Amino acid sequence: MAEVKKQRFMALTGNGAAVEALRQIDPHVFAMFPITPSTQIPEWMEKLISEGNVRTRMIRAESEHSAISAAHGAALTGARVVDASASQGIALKHEILYITAANRLPVLMLVANRALSGPINIHADHSDTMGSRDAGWIHIYAENVQEVYDTTVQAYRIAEHSDVLLPIIVGFDGFTVSHALSLVNLIDDADVKDFIGTPHPPYSILNTDTPMTFGAFALQDYYMEYRYQMREAMNNALSVIEDVGREYGEKFGRTYGPIDPYFVDDAEVVLVVIGSTAATIKDVVDILRAEGKKVGMLRVRSYRPFPTKQIRNALKNAKIVAVLDRADSPGTPNGPLFADVSMSMLNMLNPPWVTGAIYGLGGRELLEDQIREYYEAFHVRWTEYPEPGTYVGLRE
Amino acid sequence: MPIGGVIPDAGNSRQYHTGGWGKATPKIDYEKCKLCMLCWWFCPDGVFSINDGRVQINLDYCKACGICARECPPNFNAITMASKKEVT
Repeated sequence: MAEVKKQRFMALTGNGAAVEALRQIDPHVFAMFPITPSTQIPEWMEKLISEGNVRTRMIRAESEHSAISAAHGAALTGARVVDASASQGIALKHEILYITAANRLPVLMLVANRALSGPINIHADHSDTMGSRDAGWIHIYAENVQEVYDTTVQAYRIAEHSDVLLPIIVGFDGFTVSHALSLVNLIDDADVKDFIGTPHPPYSILNTDTPMTFGAFALQDYYMEYRYQMREAMNNALSVIEDVGREYGEKFGRTYGPIDPYFVDDAEVVLVVIGSTAATIKDVVDILRAEGKKVGMLRVRSYRPFPTKQIRNALKNAKIVAVLDRADSPGTPNGPLFADVSMSMLNMLNPPWVTGAIYGLGGRELLEDQIREYYEAFHVRWTEYPEPGTYVGLRE
Repeated sequence: MPIGGVIPDAGNSRQYHTGGWGKATPKIDYEKCKLCMLCWWFCPDGVFSINDGRVQINLDYCKACGICARECPPNFNAITMASKKEVT
């Protein structure tokens, strides 16, 4: 194994870790609009700019929609562009998100996941990015501050890959991760520069030798072909996410992939989750394992592209799969993660029984006792399989 | 096929003859036309030009919207919209 480089440590919050990664990446343009809990990212970036520590040009747009539009315009030149947002900001950007992906622009968006209104709420919830899950952006969700840093460093490598060329969202729970101080293992500036390389966009709007039309109209005769190209690119993104995560591990000691399995191999019951709550579930898994119970956890890190094969493989020995969604899709059995996991289980020879629950909306924390109780609701009392759509942690 | 909806040949909209969309065509009465060029000003497709001292219309791109006929000053009324069969 290659020698893992000696690294340095710093106490950072999720937002701070994202900014530290951006400082090292030094993107050309940051197009921003403030929204809690992501505001600190462009704020602290501005401080770095004013100190001359980065060459990033900041565009202070008049709205979230304008911010992503400005990012889109800047990205057409081939520049490395970043935006940061949450909640209503993502919702306001919605129409442009589809266009940025369709124009195949590798824009990075950092999202401190926050509940969509109503009621108005500023705390952790996945409804914001889930609301735009079909836009064609890559979605990678970080569990903790360390992963926010590591994933931000990996982001442009994934997005700019010639087989991908899609914009990327790096999501992390608002306040729970964005504002929690953690000890972060950092990489040297030179190593980050080396890892991300220089962008090689296939086209640039600044190229006047071969002028082209960008963002054109397409009638019935071509629209579908452009969309098919995006589907292919998303499929390619899965192996790129694996490769980049593996390379990162070889160089810096922390390996990442589309999923983060925890004791799933011989697990009878597996809890599937996105984001920081995975850490709490891991603690409960440890307690239950100590009691001899065969339980495991699967954290989905890459939600788009959805790692169907990897999930099927991880859950192939499970008897019961319980998907915990931090966003609801009222009128359907559970939330978006449940829908995608269920789809993955289709056509399996011996599929596990899949159920789900909704938790943590509006930032309500999921406690260990509640996880344990939920686990016992169906596992201990085998004959009583709860239907999906239960809200865990609701007031009685 | 290029990705991202990019059209690599610059200005290839010229190849798309939108003139085929129109059901009518502007008919210029050269006795009445005073070359004020208001038709050129208002045309959304820029099909007007002057050739041999006369106003010409590029029928490849005229969509027969009729704005030129409407804007030609009432004193002149040099443009009327006629059916394509009549003019060509």
